[in-house]
Amino acid sequence: MSVLQLRNISKSFGAIRALTDVNLTLEPGEVLGLMGDNGAGKSTLVKIMAGNFPPTTGDIMLEDGPVVFHQPVEARRKGIEIVYQDLALCNNLSAAANVFLGREIKRRFGPFNILDFRAMYEQAGQLFGELKSETRPHDLVRRMSGGQRQAVAISRTRLSNPKVVLLDEPTAAISVRQVAEVLDLIRRLRDQGICVVLISHRMPDVFSVCDRVFVLRRGRKVAEKPIADSSPEEVTGLITGAIHAA
Amino acid sequence: MPPDTAPANASVAISDVTGIKELTLTQRLFASQALWVTVAVLLIMGLMSLRYPDQYGTEENFYNITRNFSFIGIMALGMTAVIITGGIDLSVGSVMGVVGIVVGLIMHAGKTSDSFLYSWYCAVPAGLATGVLCGLFNGVLVTRVGLSPFVTTLGTLSIARSAAVLLSQNKMIYEFGYSGQQFFDIFGGQFIVANSVWLLIIMTIGFALVLNTTVWGRHLYAIGGNEHAAQLTGVPVVRVKMQAYIFCSLCAAVAAIMLLGWQGSAINALGTGYELRVIASTVIGGTNLLGGEGGAFGAFVGAALIEVIRNGLILAGVDSNYQGIFVGGFIILAVLLERVRGRKRE
Ligand SMILES: Nc1ncnc2c1ncn2[C@@H]1O[C@H](COP(=O)(O)OP(=O)(O)O)[C@@H](O)[C@H]1O
Ligand SMILES: [Mg+2]
Repeated sequence: MSVLQLRNISKSFGAIRALTDVNLTLEPGEVLGLMGDNGAGKSTLVKIMAGNFPPTTGDIMLEDGPVVFHQPVEARRKGIEIVYQDLALCNNLSAAANVFLGREIKRRFGPFNILDFRAMYEQAGQLFGELKSETRPHDLVRRMSGGQRQAVAISRTRLSNPKVVLLDEPTAAISVRQVAEVLDLIRRLRDQGICVVLISHRMPDVFSVCDRVFVLRRGRKVAEKPIADSSPEEVTGLITGAIHAA
Repeated sequence: MPPDTAPANASVAISDVTGIKELTLTQRLFASQALWVTVAVLLIMGLMSLRYPDQYGTEENFYNITRNFSFIGIMALGMTAVIITGGIDLSVGSVMGVVGIVVGLIMHAGKTSDSFLYSWYCAVPAGLATGVLCGLFNGVLVTRVGLSPFVTTLGTLSIARSAAVLLSQNKMIYEFGYSGQQFFDIFGGQFIVANSVWLLIIMTIGFALVLNTTVWGRHLYAIGGNEHAAQLTGVPVVRVKMQAYIFCSLCAAVAAIMLLGWQGSAINALGTGYELRVIASTVIGGTNLLGGEGGAFGAFVGAALIEVIRNGLILAGVDSNYQGIFVGGFIILAVLLERVRGRKRE
Protein backbone atom coordinates (compact mmCIF):
# COMPACT_ATOMS: atom_id res chain seq x y z
CA MET A 1 0.00 0.00 0.00
CA SER A 2 1.57 3.27 -1.07
CA VAL A 3 1.64 6.27 1.25
CA LEU A 4 0.91 8.80 -1.46
CA GLN A 5 0.15 8.52 -5.11
CA LEU A 6 -0.08 11.14 -7.84
CA ARG A 7 -2.09 10.09 -10.87
CA ASN A 8 -1.82 11.85 -14.23
CA ILE A 9 -1.03 15.20 -12.65
CA SER A 10 -0.89 18.21 -14.97
CA LYS A 11 -0.52 21.81 -13.92
CA SER A 12 -0.77 24.98 -15.97
CA PHE A 13 -0.14 28.52 -14.86
CA GLY A 14 -2.03 30.42 -17.54
CA ALA A 15 -0.17 29.66 -20.74
CA ILE A 16 2.76 28.04 -18.93
CA ARG A 17 2.48 24.28 -18.65
CA ALA A 18 4.57 23.35 -15.63
CA LEU A 19 3.64 19.65 -15.37
CA THR A 20 2.28 17.17 -17.90
CA ASP A 21 0.75 13.83 -16.95
CA VAL A 22 3.01 13.01 -14.04
CA ASN A 23 2.57 9.75 -12.10
CA LEU A 24 4.39 9.22 -8.84
CA THR A 25 4.14 6.66 -6.05
CA LEU A 26 5.65 6.93 -2.58
CA GLU A 27 6.18 3.68 -0.73
CA PRO A 28 6.33 3.55 3.10
CA GLY A 29 9.68 4.52 4.57
CA GLU A 30 11.40 5.37 1.32
CA VAL A 31 13.49 8.38 0.39
CA LEU A 32 12.78 9.60 -3.11
CA GLY A 33 15.26 11.89 -4.89
CA LEU A 34 13.42 14.34 -7.13
CA MET A 35 15.77 15.77 -9.73
CA GLY A 36 15.55 18.00 -12.76
CA ASP A 37 16.88 21.19 -14.27
CA ASN A 38 15.74 24.63 -13.14
CA GLY A 39 12.14 25.11 -14.25
CA ALA A 40 11.57 21.38 -14.73
CA GLY A 41 8.58 21.53 -12.37
CA LYS A 42 10.03 20.03 -9.16
CA SER A 43 8.76 22.74 -6.83
CA THR A 44 5.37 22.75 -8.55
CA LEU A 45 5.07 19.01 -8.01
CA VAL A 46 5.82 19.09 -4.28
CA LYS A 47 3.61 22.15 -3.80
CA ILE A 48 0.73 20.17 -5.24
CA MET A 49 1.41 17.39 -2.71
CA ALA A 50 1.59 19.98 0.08
CA GLY A 51 -1.73 21.58 -0.80
CA ASN A 52 -0.44 24.94 -2.05
CA PHE A 53 -2.61 24.70 -5.13
CA PRO A 54 -4.65 21.94 -6.73
CA PRO A 55 -3.46 20.27 -9.93
CA THR A 56 -5.16 21.44 -13.13
CA THR A 57 -6.04 17.80 -13.81
CA GLY A 58 -5.16 14.54 -12.08
CA ASP A 59 -5.67 13.05 -8.62
CA ILE A 60 -3.85 12.80 -5.32
CA MET A 61 -4.39 9.53 -3.46
CA LEU A 62 -3.51 8.91 0.17
CA GLU A 63 -3.77 5.60 1.99
CA ASP A 64 -7.42 6.20 2.75
CA GLY A 65 -8.48 7.37 -0.70
CA PRO A 66 -8.42 10.44 -2.94
CA VAL A 67 -7.92 13.91 -1.43
CA VAL A 68 -8.37 17.47 -2.63
CA PHE A 69 -6.32 20.05 -0.75
CA HIS A 70 -7.42 23.68 -0.79
CA GLN A 71 -4.84 24.89 1.72
CA PRO A 72 -1.46 23.77 3.04
CA VAL A 73 -3.00 23.27 6.49
CA GLU A 74 -5.22 20.53 5.10
CA ALA A 75 -2.24 18.60 3.71
CA ARG A 76 -0.46 19.09 7.04
CA ARG A 77 -3.43 17.58 8.87
CA LYS A 78 -3.10 14.55 6.61
CA GLY A 79 0.53 14.17 7.68
CA ILE A 80 2.33 15.96 4.85
CA GLU A 81 4.99 18.46 5.91
CA ILE A 82 7.01 20.62 3.53
CA VAL A 83 10.10 22.79 3.61
CA TYR A 84 9.68 25.36 0.85
CA GLN A 85 12.52 26.34 -1.42
CA ASP A 86 12.16 29.97 -0.24
CA LEU A 87 11.74 28.64 3.34
CA ALA A 88 8.63 30.78 4.02
CA LEU A 89 10.09 32.56 7.05
CA CYS A 90 9.13 35.85 8.69
CA ASN A 91 12.32 37.89 8.98
CA ASN A 92 10.95 40.06 11.76
CA LEU A 93 10.28 37.15 14.12
CA SER A 94 12.61 35.01 16.23
CA ALA A 95 13.72 31.55 15.21
CA ALA A 96 11.40 29.92 17.76
CA ALA A 97 8.46 32.08 16.70
CA ASN A 98 8.99 30.97 13.11
CA VAL A 99 9.20 27.29 14.02
CA PHE A 100 5.87 27.49 15.85
CA LEU A 101 4.14 29.92 13.49
CA GLY A 102 0.54 28.79 13.06
CA ARG A 103 1.06 26.09 15.73
CA GLU A 104 1.92 28.18 18.77
CA ILE A 105 2.04 26.50 22.16
CA LYS A 106 -0.33 28.24 24.56
CA ARG A 107 -0.95 28.13 28.24
CA ARG A 108 -3.71 29.37 30.50
CA PHE A 109 -3.13 32.56 32.42
CA GLY A 110 -6.26 33.22 34.45
CA PRO A 111 -9.01 33.62 31.89
CA PHE A 112 -6.55 34.15 29.03
CA ASN A 113 -4.72 31.93 26.60
CA ILE A 114 -1.20 33.27 26.24
CA LEU A 115 1.90 32.17 24.39
CA ASP A 116 4.02 29.65 26.26
CA PHE A 117 7.38 31.25 25.46
CA ARG A 118 9.45 28.97 27.61
CA ALA A 119 8.04 25.77 26.12
CA MET A 120 8.53 27.08 22.59
CA TYR A 121 12.09 28.31 23.22
CA GLU A 122 13.05 25.03 24.84
CA GLN A 123 11.52 22.84 22.19
CA ALA A 124 12.97 24.95 19.36
CA GLY A 125 16.39 24.75 21.05
CA GLN A 126 16.12 20.98 21.15
CA LEU A 127 15.13 20.76 17.51
CA PHE A 128 18.05 22.99 16.45
CA GLY A 129 20.37 20.89 18.58
CA GLU A 130 19.10 17.79 16.88
CA LEU A 131 20.16 19.34 13.57
CA LYS A 132 23.53 20.26 15.12
CA SER A 133 22.73 23.83 14.16
CA GLU A 134 23.99 26.82 16.14
CA THR A 135 20.67 28.52 15.58
CA ARG A 136 19.55 30.17 18.82
CA PRO A 137 15.83 30.26 19.50
CA HIS A 138 15.77 33.97 20.43
CA ASP A 139 17.67 35.27 17.41
CA LEU A 140 15.80 37.16 14.74
CA VAL A 141 15.64 35.29 11.46
CA ARG A 142 16.68 38.52 9.72
CA ARG A 143 20.16 38.21 11.24
CA MET A 144 20.67 34.55 10.40
CA SER A 145 22.90 32.75 7.94
CA GLY A 146 21.49 30.57 5.18
CA GLY A 147 22.15 27.39 7.16
CA GLN A 148 20.48 28.70 10.29
CA ARG A 149 17.41 29.74 8.33
CA GLN A 150 17.29 26.31 6.77
CA ALA A 151 17.42 24.71 10.21
CA VAL A 152 14.46 26.85 11.29
CA ALA A 153 12.42 25.78 8.26
CA ILE A 154 13.33 22.11 8.66
CA SER A 155 12.55 22.17 12.39
CA ARG A 156 8.95 23.02 11.54
CA THR A 157 8.44 19.60 10.00
CA ARG A 158 9.43 18.00 13.32
CA LEU A 159 6.51 19.44 15.29
CA SER A 160 4.04 16.87 14.15
CA ASN A 161 4.29 13.15 13.46
CA PRO A 162 4.19 13.34 9.68
CA LYS A 163 3.86 10.52 7.16
CA VAL A 164 5.59 12.41 4.38
CA VAL A 165 8.24 15.14 4.51
CA LEU A 166 8.90 17.14 1.35
CA LEU A 167 12.24 18.96 1.22
CA ASP A 168 12.65 21.46 -1.62
CA GLU A 169 16.40 22.02 -2.08
CA PRO A 170 17.22 21.91 1.65
CA THR A 171 20.95 21.78 1.01
CA ALA A 172 21.24 24.56 -1.57
CA ALA A 173 22.45 27.31 0.73
CA ILE A 174 24.36 25.58 3.50
CA SER A 175 27.85 24.51 4.51
CA VAL A 176 29.31 21.06 3.92
CA ARG A 177 29.01 20.16 7.60
CA GLN A 178 25.37 21.25 7.69
CA VAL A 179 24.64 19.25 4.54
CA ALA A 180 25.83 16.17 6.40
CA GLU A 181 23.46 17.00 9.28
CA VAL A 182 20.51 17.38 6.95
CA LEU A 183 21.31 14.07 5.26
CA ASP A 184 21.57 12.48 8.71
CA LEU A 185 18.19 13.87 9.62
CA ILE A 186 16.73 12.40 6.43
CA ARG A 187 18.09 8.99 7.40
CA ARG A 188 16.61 9.33 10.89
CA LEU A 189 13.23 10.25 9.42
CA ARG A 190 13.41 7.19 7.20
CA ASP A 191 14.28 5.01 10.20
CA GLN A 192 11.10 6.26 11.88
CA GLY A 193 9.16 5.07 8.82
CA ILE A 194 8.61 8.57 7.45
CA CYS A 195 8.62 9.02 3.68
CA VAL A 196 10.92 11.74 2.39
CA VAL A 197 10.98 13.50 -0.98
CA LEU A 198 14.31 15.25 -1.44
CA ILE A 199 14.75 17.81 -4.20
CA SER A 200 18.41 18.48 -4.77
CA HIS A 201 20.88 19.42 -7.47
CA ARG A 202 23.70 17.68 -5.66
CA MET A 203 24.31 14.21 -7.06
CA PRO A 204 26.23 13.00 -3.97
CA ASP A 205 23.31 13.90 -1.65
CA VAL A 206 20.83 11.99 -3.71
CA PHE A 207 23.06 8.97 -4.18
CA SER A 208 23.94 8.75 -0.50
CA VAL A 209 20.43 8.91 1.05
CA CYS A 210 17.84 8.12 -1.59
CA ASP A 211 16.30 4.74 -2.31
CA ARG A 212 14.87 5.79 -5.63
CA VAL A 213 15.38 8.64 -8.04
CA PHE A 214 12.67 10.46 -9.99
CA VAL A 215 13.69 12.72 -12.87
CA LEU A 216 11.56 15.49 -14.38
CA ARG A 217 12.37 17.21 -17.65
CA ARG A 218 10.22 20.09 -18.85
CA GLY A 219 7.33 18.97 -16.67
CA ARG A 220 7.38 15.33 -17.73
CA LYS A 221 8.63 12.29 -15.90
CA VAL A 222 11.61 10.78 -17.72
CA ALA A 223 12.72 8.27 -15.10
CA GLU A 224 11.65 6.68 -11.81
CA LYS A 225 13.94 3.87 -10.69
CA PRO A 226 15.89 2.40 -7.75
CA ILE A 227 19.06 4.32 -7.08
CA ALA A 228 21.02 1.05 -7.20
CA ASP A 229 20.06 0.63 -10.84
CA SER A 230 21.21 4.08 -11.83
CA SER A 231 24.35 6.17 -11.79
CA PRO A 232 25.18 9.86 -11.50
CA GLU A 233 26.14 9.84 -15.16
CA GLU A 234 22.80 8.43 -16.21
CA VAL A 235 20.85 10.88 -14.04
CA THR A 236 22.86 13.81 -15.41
CA GLY A 237 22.06 12.63 -18.92
CA LEU A 238 18.37 12.35 -18.04
CA ILE A 239 18.28 15.83 -16.56
CA THR A 240 19.93 17.49 -19.51
CA GLY A 241 18.16 15.44 -22.15
CA ALA A 242 21.26 13.69 -23.43
CA ILE A 243 19.47 10.48 -22.43
CA HIS A 244 15.79 10.55 -23.34
CA ALA A 245 14.31 8.17 -20.81
CA ALA A 246 15.23 5.37 -18.46
CA MET B 1 14.76 12.71 18.60
CA PRO B 2 17.41 10.38 19.97
CA PRO B 3 17.06 10.24 23.75
CA ASP B 4 20.81 10.20 24.41
CA THR B 5 21.45 13.68 22.99
CA ALA B 6 18.25 15.46 23.94
CA PRO B 7 19.03 16.39 27.60
CA ALA B 8 22.47 17.80 26.82
CA ASN B 9 21.10 19.87 23.98
CA ALA B 10 18.25 21.08 26.09
CA SER B 11 20.49 22.37 28.85
CA VAL B 12 22.75 24.14 26.37
CA ALA B 13 19.73 25.70 24.75
CA ILE B 14 18.36 26.99 28.04
CA SER B 15 21.58 28.67 29.13
CA ASP B 16 21.92 30.08 25.62
CA VAL B 17 18.43 31.33 25.88
CA THR B 18 18.79 33.20 29.15
CA GLY B 19 22.06 34.79 28.10
CA ILE B 20 20.64 36.06 24.86
CA LYS B 21 17.39 37.23 26.29
CA GLU B 22 19.10 39.70 28.60
CA LEU B 23 21.22 40.99 25.77
CA THR B 24 18.31 41.56 23.45
CA LEU B 25 16.22 43.23 26.15
CA THR B 26 18.76 45.99 26.73
CA GLN B 27 19.61 46.10 23.06
CA ARG B 28 15.99 46.33 22.17
CA LEU B 29 15.42 49.10 24.67
CA PHE B 30 18.20 51.23 23.25
CA ALA B 31 17.32 50.51 19.66
CA SER B 32 13.72 51.37 20.46
CA GLN B 33 12.44 54.56 18.93
CA ALA B 34 9.73 54.71 21.59
CA LEU B 35 12.41 55.15 24.27
CA TRP B 36 14.02 58.11 22.52
CA VAL B 37 10.65 59.70 21.88
CA THR B 38 9.89 59.36 25.59
CA VAL B 39 13.18 61.06 26.39
CA ALA B 40 12.29 63.84 23.93
CA VAL B 41 8.85 64.34 25.50
CA LEU B 42 10.30 64.58 29.02
CA LEU B 43 13.07 66.89 27.82
CA ILE B 44 10.68 69.27 26.11
CA MET B 45 8.37 69.29 29.11
CA GLY B 46 11.31 69.95 31.43
CA LEU B 47 12.74 72.77 29.34
CA MET B 48 9.34 74.38 28.86
CA SER B 49 8.61 74.24 32.59
CA LEU B 50 11.90 76.01 33.30
CA ARG B 51 11.31 78.63 30.62
CA TYR B 52 7.61 79.25 31.39
CA PRO B 53 7.14 78.07 34.99
CA ASP B 54 3.92 80.01 35.50
CA GLN B 55 2.10 78.96 32.35
CA TYR B 56 3.67 75.62 31.50
CA GLY B 57 4.66 73.80 34.63
CA THR B 58 1.15 73.96 36.04
CA GLU B 59 -1.23 71.19 36.92
CA GLU B 60 -3.79 72.70 34.62
CA ASN B 61 -1.47 72.63 31.63
CA PHE B 62 -0.52 69.03 32.37
CA TYR B 63 -4.20 68.19 32.54
CA ASN B 64 -4.81 69.87 29.17
CA ILE B 65 -1.85 68.29 27.40
CA THR B 66 -2.69 64.77 28.53
CA ARG B 67 -6.37 65.15 27.71
CA ASN B 68 -5.57 66.56 24.28
CA PHE B 69 -3.39 63.67 23.22
CA SER B 70 -5.52 60.95 24.79
CA PHE B 71 -7.98 60.92 21.88
CA ILE B 72 -5.25 60.70 19.25
CA GLY B 73 -3.42 58.13 21.40
CA ILE B 74 -6.46 55.83 21.61
CA MET B 75 -6.85 55.97 17.83
CA ALA B 76 -3.11 55.41 17.34
CA LEU B 77 -3.39 52.06 19.17
CA GLY B 78 -5.84 50.79 16.58
CA MET B 79 -3.74 52.25 13.80
CA THR B 80 -0.73 50.39 15.20
CA ALA B 81 -2.52 47.04 14.76
CA VAL B 82 -3.32 47.82 11.13
CA ILE B 83 0.13 49.19 10.28
CA ILE B 84 1.88 46.18 11.87
CA THR B 85 0.06 43.96 9.36
CA GLY B 86 1.46 46.15 6.59
CA GLY B 87 -1.79 48.05 6.00
CA ILE B 88 -2.99 51.59 6.64
CA ASP B 89 -6.31 53.10 7.70
CA LEU B 90 -7.01 56.61 6.41
CA SER B 91 -10.65 56.53 7.50
CA VAL B 92 -10.22 56.93 11.28
CA GLY B 93 -10.98 60.67 11.35
CA SER B 94 -14.20 60.23 9.40
CA VAL B 95 -15.22 57.20 11.45
CA MET B 96 -14.78 59.39 14.50
CA GLY B 97 -17.08 61.98 12.86
CA VAL B 98 -19.89 59.60 11.98
CA VAL B 99 -19.74 57.86 15.37
CA GLY B 100 -19.93 61.24 17.13
CA ILE B 101 -23.01 62.18 15.13
CA VAL B 102 -24.72 58.81 15.67
CA VAL B 103 -24.21 58.97 19.43
CA GLY B 104 -25.20 62.65 19.53
CA LEU B 105 -28.38 62.15 17.50
CA ILE B 106 -29.60 59.23 19.58
CA MET B 107 -29.12 61.09 22.84
CA HIS B 108 -30.55 64.27 21.35
CA ALA B 109 -33.79 62.37 20.77
CA GLY B 110 -33.89 61.89 24.55
CA LYS B 111 -34.69 65.60 24.87
CA THR B 112 -38.32 65.05 23.97
CA SER B 113 -38.73 61.42 24.99
CA ASP B 114 -37.63 59.53 28.08
CA SER B 115 -37.45 56.22 26.23
CA PHE B 116 -34.59 54.01 27.35
CA LEU B 117 -33.56 53.81 23.69
CA TYR B 118 -32.39 57.43 23.80
CA SER B 119 -30.18 57.12 26.86
CA TRP B 120 -26.43 56.83 26.63
CA TYR B 121 -26.79 53.17 27.60
CA CYS B 122 -28.03 52.64 24.05
CA ALA B 123 -26.28 55.51 22.29
CA VAL B 124 -22.77 54.40 23.27
CA PRO B 125 -23.16 50.77 22.09
CA ALA B 126 -24.75 52.10 18.90
CA GLY B 127 -21.69 54.30 18.37
CA LEU B 128 -19.34 51.39 18.97
CA ALA B 129 -21.38 49.24 16.58
CA THR B 130 -21.08 51.97 13.94
CA GLY B 131 -17.32 51.81 14.37
CA VAL B 132 -17.31 48.03 14.05
CA LEU B 133 -19.37 48.29 10.86
CA CYS B 134 -16.90 50.76 9.33
CA GLY B 135 -14.02 48.44 10.23
CA LEU B 136 -15.84 45.46 8.81
CA PHE B 137 -16.40 47.37 5.57
CA ASN B 138 -12.68 48.20 5.31
CA GLY B 139 -11.64 44.70 6.33
CA VAL B 140 -13.88 42.91 3.84
CA LEU B 141 -12.73 45.07 0.94
CA VAL B 142 -9.07 44.64 1.83
CA THR B 143 -9.06 40.92 2.65
CA ARG B 144 -11.89 39.41 0.63
CA VAL B 145 -11.94 41.64 -2.42
CA GLY B 146 -8.21 42.27 -2.31
CA LEU B 147 -8.26 46.05 -2.73
CA SER B 148 -5.32 48.07 -1.48
CA PRO B 149 -5.77 49.38 2.07
CA PHE B 150 -4.83 52.87 0.95
CA VAL B 151 -7.56 53.15 -1.69
CA THR B 152 -10.19 51.32 0.36
CA THR B 153 -9.82 53.44 3.46
CA LEU B 154 -9.53 56.63 1.39
CA GLY B 155 -12.96 55.71 0.03
CA THR B 156 -14.28 55.10 3.54
CA LEU B 157 -12.82 58.45 4.63
CA SER B 158 -15.08 60.14 2.09
CA ILE B 159 -18.13 57.93 2.64
CA ALA B 160 -18.12 58.16 6.43
CA ARG B 161 -17.67 61.94 6.38
CA SER B 162 -20.57 62.33 3.96
CA ALA B 163 -22.68 60.08 6.15
CA ALA B 164 -21.87 62.28 9.13
CA VAL B 165 -22.87 65.44 7.26
CA LEU B 166 -26.10 63.89 5.95
CA LEU B 167 -27.11 62.40 9.32
CA SER B 168 -26.47 65.63 11.16
CA GLN B 169 -28.31 67.63 8.48
CA ASN B 170 -25.37 69.94 8.89
CA LYS B 171 -26.45 71.03 12.35
CA MET B 172 -24.50 71.07 15.56
CA ILE B 173 -25.87 68.73 18.20
CA TYR B 174 -25.47 70.09 21.70
CA GLU B 175 -28.57 69.06 23.65
CA PHE B 176 -28.01 65.52 24.82
CA GLY B 177 -31.34 64.70 26.36
CA TYR B 178 -32.16 63.39 29.80
CA SER B 179 -29.07 61.20 30.18
CA GLY B 180 -26.70 63.89 28.91
CA GLN B 181 -25.38 65.03 32.25
CA GLN B 182 -24.53 61.51 33.34
CA PHE B 183 -22.84 60.92 29.99
CA PHE B 184 -20.67 64.03 30.39
CA ASP B 185 -19.79 63.09 33.96
CA ILE B 186 -18.62 59.64 32.98
CA PHE B 187 -16.97 60.13 29.61
CA GLY B 188 -15.89 63.73 30.03
CA GLY B 189 -15.10 63.47 33.72
CA GLN B 190 -11.79 63.46 35.50
CA PHE B 191 -9.85 61.96 38.36
CA ILE B 192 -6.58 63.91 38.64
CA VAL B 193 -6.34 63.62 34.84
CA ALA B 194 -9.19 63.32 32.36
CA ASN B 195 -10.99 59.98 32.20
CA SER B 196 -9.96 59.68 28.56
CA VAL B 197 -6.33 59.67 29.74
CA TRP B 198 -7.02 56.80 32.15
CA LEU B 199 -8.72 54.94 29.35
CA LEU B 200 -5.71 55.52 27.08
CA ILE B 201 -3.37 54.19 29.78
CA ILE B 202 -5.49 51.09 30.34
CA MET B 203 -5.86 50.45 26.62
CA THR B 204 -2.14 50.92 26.02
CA ILE B 205 -1.23 48.38 28.69
CA GLY B 206 -3.90 45.98 27.49
CA PHE B 207 -2.86 46.26 23.86
CA ALA B 208 0.82 45.89 24.73
CA LEU B 209 -0.01 42.63 26.50
CA VAL B 210 -2.08 41.45 23.56
CA LEU B 211 0.70 42.24 21.09
CA ASN B 212 3.42 40.56 23.12
CA THR B 213 1.77 37.58 24.74
CA THR B 214 -1.08 36.36 22.57
CA VAL B 215 -1.26 34.31 19.40
CA TRP B 216 -3.27 37.08 17.76
CA GLY B 217 -0.52 39.61 18.43
CA ARG B 218 2.13 37.26 17.15
CA HIS B 219 0.10 36.71 13.98
CA LEU B 220 -0.19 40.47 13.37
CA TYR B 221 3.61 40.68 13.28
CA ALA B 222 3.93 37.55 11.15
CA ILE B 223 1.54 38.94 8.54
CA GLY B 224 3.47 42.20 8.39
CA GLY B 225 6.78 40.34 8.12
CA ASN B 226 5.83 37.93 5.34
CA GLU B 227 2.15 37.59 4.58
CA HIS B 228 2.67 34.74 2.14
CA ALA B 229 4.75 32.72 4.60
CA ALA B 230 2.17 33.35 7.30
CA GLN B 231 -0.54 32.06 5.01
CA LEU B 232 1.47 28.95 4.12
CA THR B 233 2.20 28.07 7.74
CA GLY B 234 -1.44 28.19 8.67
CA VAL B 235 -1.90 31.68 10.12
CA PRO B 236 -5.54 32.71 9.53
CA VAL B 237 -4.43 35.77 7.59
CA VAL B 238 -7.84 36.92 6.39
CA ARG B 239 -9.42 36.72 9.80
CA VAL B 240 -6.56 38.44 11.63
CA LYS B 241 -6.36 41.31 9.14
CA MET B 242 -10.11 41.75 9.25
CA GLN B 243 -9.96 41.95 13.05
CA ALA B 244 -7.16 44.52 12.85
CA TYR B 245 -9.31 46.86 10.74
CA ILE B 246 -12.29 46.34 13.03
CA PHE B 247 -10.15 47.05 16.08
CA CYS B 248 -8.82 50.22 14.43
CA SER B 249 -12.31 51.59 13.70
CA LEU B 250 -13.46 50.55 17.15
CA CYS B 251 -10.66 52.61 18.70
CA ALA B 252 -11.76 55.59 16.59
CA ALA B 253 -15.31 55.07 17.89
CA VAL B 254 -14.09 54.94 21.50
CA ALA B 255 -12.10 58.14 20.96
CA ALA B 256 -15.17 59.79 19.42
CA ILE B 257 -17.29 58.95 22.46
CA MET B 258 -14.66 60.26 24.89
CA LEU B 259 -14.24 63.43 22.83
CA LEU B 260 -18.00 63.94 22.77
CA GLY B 261 -18.13 63.54 26.54
CA TRP B 262 -15.55 66.24 26.96
CA GLN B 263 -16.72 68.72 24.30
CA GLY B 264 -20.41 68.30 25.05
CA SER B 265 -21.34 68.82 21.43
CA ALA B 266 -21.14 66.95 18.16
CA ILE B 267 -20.39 68.52 14.83
CA ASN B 268 -20.04 66.62 11.60
CA ALA B 269 -16.50 67.96 11.16
CA LEU B 270 -15.44 66.03 14.29
CA GLY B 271 -12.09 64.31 13.66
CA THR B 272 -11.39 65.99 10.33
CA GLY B 273 -7.70 65.64 9.52
CA TYR B 274 -7.09 63.38 12.53
CA GLU B 275 -5.92 60.51 10.33
CA LEU B 276 -2.71 62.39 9.68
CA ARG B 277 -2.02 63.05 13.35
CA VAL B 278 -2.87 59.46 14.23
CA ILE B 279 -0.58 58.00 11.57
CA ALA B 280 2.14 60.46 12.57
CA SER B 281 1.87 59.40 16.22
CA THR B 282 2.13 55.77 15.23
CA VAL B 283 5.21 56.10 13.03
CA ILE B 284 6.92 58.55 15.38
CA GLY B 285 6.53 55.89 18.08
CA GLY B 286 8.52 53.47 15.94
CA THR B 287 5.89 51.49 14.07
CA ASN B 288 7.22 50.61 10.63
CA LEU B 289 4.94 51.68 7.78
CA LEU B 290 6.13 48.64 5.84
CA GLY B 291 4.68 46.39 8.54
CA GLY B 292 6.05 43.81 10.95
CA GLU B 293 7.29 46.20 13.61
CA GLY B 294 5.73 48.46 16.19
CA GLY B 295 4.22 48.63 19.63
CA ALA B 296 1.52 50.04 21.86
CA PHE B 297 3.80 52.20 23.97
CA GLY B 298 5.19 53.83 20.82
CA ALA B 299 1.70 54.94 19.83
CA PHE B 300 1.22 56.47 23.27
CA VAL B 301 4.44 58.48 23.33
CA GLY B 302 4.16 59.37 19.66
CA ALA B 303 0.83 61.02 20.37
CA ALA B 304 2.31 62.68 23.44
CA LEU B 305 5.25 64.14 21.50
CA ILE B 306 3.03 65.79 18.91
CA GLU B 307 0.83 67.37 21.57
CA VAL B 308 3.73 68.51 23.71
CA ILE B 309 5.28 70.26 20.73
CA ARG B 310 1.97 71.79 19.64
CA ASN B 311 1.30 73.02 23.16
CA GLY B 312 4.84 74.35 23.44
CA LEU B 313 4.54 76.27 20.19
CA ILE B 314 1.35 77.95 21.35
CA LEU B 315 2.89 78.94 24.69
CA ALA B 316 5.97 80.23 22.91
CA GLY B 317 3.67 82.42 20.87
CA VAL B 318 4.20 80.64 17.57
CA ASP B 319 1.23 80.69 15.20
CA SER B 320 -0.62 77.40 15.81
CA ASN B 321 -0.95 76.94 12.07
CA TYR B 322 2.69 75.87 12.07
CA GLN B 323 1.49 72.65 13.66
CA GLY B 324 0.74 71.10 10.29
CA ILE B 325 4.29 71.71 9.15
CA PHE B 326 5.63 70.01 12.25
CA VAL B 327 3.33 67.01 12.01
CA GLY B 328 4.10 66.53 8.32
CA GLY B 329 7.81 67.03 8.90
CA PHE B 330 7.75 64.47 11.66
CA ILE B 331 6.11 61.82 9.50
CA ILE B 332 8.76 62.29 6.83
CA LEU B 333 11.54 62.30 9.41
CA ALA B 334 10.26 59.12 11.05
CA VAL B 335 10.06 57.33 7.72
CA LEU B 336 13.55 58.54 6.80
CA LEU B 337 14.86 57.24 10.12
CA GLU B 338 13.22 53.90 9.40
CA ARG B 339 14.91 53.76 6.01
CA VAL B 340 18.31 54.41 7.58
CA ARG B 341 17.73 51.73 10.21
CA GLY B 342 16.50 49.33 7.54
CA ARG B 343 19.73 49.81 5.57
CA LYS B 344 21.84 49.17 8.62
CA ARG B 345 20.01 45.89 9.13
CA GLU B 346 20.57 44.44 5.68
N1 LIG C 1 3.07 30.55 -9.43
C1 LIG C 1 3.51 30.43 -10.70
N2 LIG C 1 3.00 31.20 -11.68
C2 LIG C 1 3.41 31.07 -12.96
N3 LIG C 1 4.35 30.22 -13.35
C3 LIG C 1 4.91 29.43 -12.42
C4 LIG C 1 4.52 29.49 -11.06
N4 LIG C 1 5.24 28.58 -10.36
C5 LIG C 1 6.06 27.97 -11.27
N5 LIG C 1 5.85 28.48 -12.50
C6 LIG C 1 6.52 28.03 -13.72
O1 LIG C 1 6.44 26.63 -13.78
C7 LIG C 1 7.66 26.08 -14.25
C8 LIG C 1 8.22 25.10 -13.24
O2 LIG C 1 8.66 25.82 -12.10
P1 LIG C 1 9.23 25.12 -10.78
O3 LIG C 1 8.29 24.06 -10.38
O4 LIG C 1 9.50 26.20 -9.81
O5 LIG C 1 10.58 24.48 -11.30
P2 LIG C 1 11.81 23.88 -10.46
O6 LIG C 1 11.46 23.89 -9.03
O7 LIG C 1 12.00 22.52 -11.02
O8 LIG C 1 12.97 24.76 -10.76
C9 LIG C 1 8.59 27.25 -14.54
O9 LIG C 1 8.50 27.55 -15.92
C10 LIG C 1 8.00 28.36 -13.72
O10 LIG C 1 8.27 29.60 -14.33
MG1 LIG D 1 12.30 24.83 -7.44
